Amino acid sequence: MITLTLFDLSLAALLVVALALSSLRIYPEIAGQLSIAAVRTAIQLTLIGLVLKVLFANSHIIWVALLSLFMLAVAGREVMARQHRRFTGWWGYGIGALSMFISSFSVALFALIIVIGNQPWYEPQYAIPLLGMLLGNTMNGIALALDRLTSSATEQRDVIEARLMLGYSQQEAIADIRKQVFRTGLIPIINAMAAAGIVSLPGMMTGQILAGAPPVEAVKYQIMIMFLISGGAGFGTLAALHFGVLRLFDDRLRLRLDRLSKSD
Amino acid sequence: MLTVEHLSCAVLQDISLTLRDAQTVCLSGASGSGKTRLLRAIADLDLNSGKVMLDGVVREAIDPCHWRRQVAYLPAESRWWAQTVGEHFRNPADVPFERLGFDGQVTAWKVERLSSGERQRLAVLRVLENRPRVLLLDEPTANLDALSTQRVETLLMEYITQEKAACLWVTHAADQIQRVARERLLLEDSQLRLAAVA
Repeated sequence: MITLTLFDLSLAALLVVALALSSLRIYPEIAGQLSIAAVRTAIQLTLIGLVLKVLFANSHIIWVALLSLFMLAVAGREVMARQHRRFTGWWGYGIGALSMFISSFSVALFALIIVIGNQPWYEPQYAIPLLGMLLGNTMNGIALALDRLTSSATEQRDVIEARLMLGYSQQEAIADIRKQVFRTGLIPIINAMAAAGIVSLPGMMTGQILAGAPPVEAVKYQIMIMFLISGGAGFGTLAALHFGVLRLFDDRLRLRLDRLSKSD
Repeated sequence: MLTVEHLSCAVLQDISLTLRDAQTVCLSGASGSGKTRLLRAIADLDLNSGKVMLDGVVREAIDPCHWRRQVAYLPAESRWWAQTVGEHFRNPADVPFERLGFDGQVTAWKVERLSSGERQRLAVLRVLENRPRVLLLDEPTANLDALSTQRVETLLMEYITQEKAACLWVTHAADQIQRVARERLLLEDSQLRLAAVA
């Protein structure tokens, strides 16, 4: 594998600088955002590179667990930040984080222990990238689903309540919204699987091939990852929907939109 | 019999009233006085406190779905979510559509083509389908012409008498109050008081 020097990276960075300069006249604010995002990428990835280097040298389960929980905490914050109308109090953070924990962690454990079967199973070289990919995709699904659930419930309040008035259960009253939301959560991964290999060469596979792995081996890993991600994102969306719907109604089956924050 | 004791919600405080079987009580009050809030609170759609009993059984002892089928709230504006009229009824074949001037084809009608009067008449039929013990009616004839108003009144009065249902009927029309009720309540300054029917 050809190692990249700092000079090589600067050459690539020139592209971003050129783009920022060109966008100055059309949309000055975007030039700033672009520069900040580029700098963040460089710093965050360098830091995680150093963390992984240390972690690989001391592959203790405690360190792997700590880094995993840190990643989960940040992903939970991200899910919350993407909601226009979020659940007030700890629910706003908790529903997203808990759903990601249930889906990503159990799917990662399943993959590490049963599918890959590495010794020890928590070997950070496998565990951390796998969990990272799962969390990233599950996070997208759950954030989309929760945002859609709370905004649809707010917009369609009258219809939901009309059904409640007629004695429908909460599942009947919200069934069509739940269906739409579940679809929203799953569409990204369905599209990714449908386009894989034809329109796009997925990043992980590309990385392995660049690193010198035989293409067929890289493809097998990518297929496994795709299935794991669809499981993680799908079950994560289901969990988020379950907890979200529970929280939208109370024990007397009233629609409790007062449990959502105002849109900002 | 529906008994409401010391009911309080967002805008109302300490409301008590009794609705007896086979009897209609009219409720009036200026707009914004909280009539809709009161009806919604009794149907348990909004947060509220107080003791509400149906035939001596407290609301909390009854499953909320079952409660709302028994104590049915008919809002001033009805909502329709599916494509056709029929999809909004549990057993469209058993609904007496002809009583309110519809023919048998009405179940296939597209909801988006309904006029406001048609919606209102269909909403009355829809709420009666649950065979409720108590009717909470929020201006059920507000958008109707004289003939439709008469049909809806007749149907509702017949139901109330035959099924021995209790009814709280929000209306402003003095002639309607005289036709349907012997008792009239007025909601003023968050207080209920008895008023003359005529």
